[in-house]
Amino acid sequence: MEKQLKIPKRHASLEKRKARAGYLFVAPFLVGVILIYLPILLDSIWFSFNNINIDVVGENRVIVLLPQGFKYYTEAFTTDPQFVTKLLSGIQQLVFEVPAIIIFSLFIAVVLNQKMLGRAAFRAIFFIPVIISTGLMESINASDLMSGAAEGGIDDGSGGGGASQIISALDVELLFENMKVGGDLVKYVVSLVNNVYNIINYSGVQMLIFLAGLQSISPAIYEASEIEGATAWETFWKITFPMISPMILVNTVYTIIDSFTKKSNVTMSYISSIYSGNESKATAMSWIYFVVVILIIAIVAGIASTFIFYQRKD
Amino acid sequence: MDTNTVVTKETKNRIRVDYEGKLTFTDRLKKKLTTSNTWKKVLLNIFRFVLMLGVSYVILYPFFARIAGSFMTKEDVVDPTVSLIPKHFTLEIYHYLIVENHYFQALLNTTLLSLLCALIQTFIACLIGYGLAKFKFKGNKAVMLAVILTMIIPHRTLKLSLLQHFVFFDIGKVLSWDYPGIIELITGSPLHLENTYWPLVILSICGLAFKNGLYIYMMRQFFKGVPDELEESAYVDGSGVFRTFFQIILPLSIPMMITIFLFAFSWQWTDEFYTTLFFIDDRNKIYLMPDVYAAPPPSLETNYGGQSLYYSVISNTAGMMIIAPLVIVYLFCQRYLVQGIERSGLVG
Repeated sequence: MEKQLKIPKRHASLEKRKARAGYLFVAPFLVGVILIYLPILLDSIWFSFNNINIDVVGENRVIVLLPQGFKYYTEAFTTDPQFVTKLLSGIQQLVFEVPAIIIFSLFIAVVLNQKMLGRAAFRAIFFIPVIISTGLMESINASDLMSGAAEGGIDDGSGGGGASQIISALDVELLFENMKVGGDLVKYVVSLVNNVYNIINYSGVQMLIFLAGLQSISPAIYEASEIEGATAWETFWKITFPMISPMILVNTVYTIIDSFTKKSNVTMSYISSIYSGNESKATAMSWIYFVVVILIIAIVAGIASTFIFYQRKD
Repeated sequence: MDTNTVVTKETKNRIRVDYEGKLTFTDRLKKKLTTSNTWKKVLLNIFRFVLMLGVSYVILYPFFARIAGSFMTKEDVVDPTVSLIPKHFTLEIYHYLIVENHYFQALLNTTLLSLLCALIQTFIACLIGYGLAKFKFKGNKAVMLAVILTMIIPHRTLKLSLLQHFVFFDIGKVLSWDYPGIIELITGSPLHLENTYWPLVILSICGLAFKNGLYIYMMRQFFKGVPDELEESAYVDGSGVFRTFFQIILPLSIPMMITIFLFAFSWQWTDEFYTTLFFIDDRNKIYLMPDVYAAPPPSLETNYGGQSLYYSVISNTAGMMIIAPLVIVYLFCQRYLVQGIERSGLVG
């Protein structure tokens, strides 16, 4: 009798033990978030309301805070001559870049997923930017005056210059003027062509994620559609696109985050130019920017999630 | 079966079917080549190949141009007749970058730092990803949300606070509130961790360093694809949770771990934000990669007309020297990159 009573008890303790093991596995992160990250976060918000100075008292350094209230936040909007325009152009940059990166990386992933000559080599080349287009290389790309000159192109002082001038923007403009399409579209395509280097460089991780998504689509579905007589075009829109749509959302959010945290972002570079003079004001500004971007992500994710098709598993 | 059909067995696994009206090989080839479908396919293949080649060119061209530029003298840089092949071949840029910008010291220090951070981050991402994927405990979803949040809030926003927290390092202390932290209670004063590897190591251990949220998310998705039966059979055989993790799960996830390691290593290698943030002391300087790039070597400083172009060439060369070791690592690991991602089952 005693044994029979013990069995359910032991079972419950196994469940508990597994839960405890789960906590142990995530413990480094949990401890880090509560004891290190949360204080950093709180202080960051707190510092944006204060003027911060570091005084030396005897041997020790001490942080001295002078409360400023919402001063830096109102200043950012009212007295700062550039912040609002930089913020708007930052958002504009986002709106311009994100669709371009998503479409480009999806296209390349679809092509790289097909069997073709030299696929392994192309894959190796296409993922080089994932490894090296961040951080230092980004600054080097931004300050590069040489690649354009080496190609014989003339730097027109537009700042972009360098490696991005691989195709002459003028040619594209002429081509589109003859086609008599809307002026805005022409402008968009021209800036796309001018930025082709940046777009390729920033779509590495997205390509990888799309490729993973494409690999996970069962070949049986394609086989069935081929037997039913679907063309490649129909197969893409009726099968590939819906199956890959969750990845599109993931990639869109990732691209937005990536694009607004990177150094070459207009708003971010303006904020870091202010940082050396007034740290608290820069912190306040970056919080404003963060809130704006979170709103954008929420809106985009909200719209996108209504179009997403989830394949039911199990 | 038709009487005119003859089936002969050619080899063990191959049969040959002959029937009346079967075309010869050359006729079949001719038929195949004259249908429009084949030509469409060939044209499409050529188009695709050329397109890929073009994009590869866009990616690779800057590297060629920069490597070519690195052998040029000041005169070559502004000479309009010199485009890729220098007239006066020289290694002075390399020489001064190595001697005056401390390239080898930076290489050694950065290798150490990147290896340390990447190994810790990969392991921690495995731990946390496994915990989130395979165990049901209260707050599992909340922890996942926190992981995503730490990824969304950029560290650039936290710059000021991040610096102060490692200059006055204490555990569980909000600097603007007046109470002692754990370290202050024990030793009497907070630790000063600037100019050491500790800030990055601590962030790595907690899974809070640059883009660690992405790694944890990738690991979690990967472990979700590992069937539960594997662990259950290990448990039945008497293996504990941790032994199962180390002896069965970890060896299984090596391609994925190499992918994460590659990301962590190269993003730490080219990082500029944290290294310039935490290494502020000029006297006992720990040279890292950004120092190679930061300013042109004193011996190459010039008031020459093409100054800005020449400086640009120098910084390009520095960039090439910085990423050269990375490219070598990449060439060895790149096949795992796609493999790891393919097996990750990021979907779902």
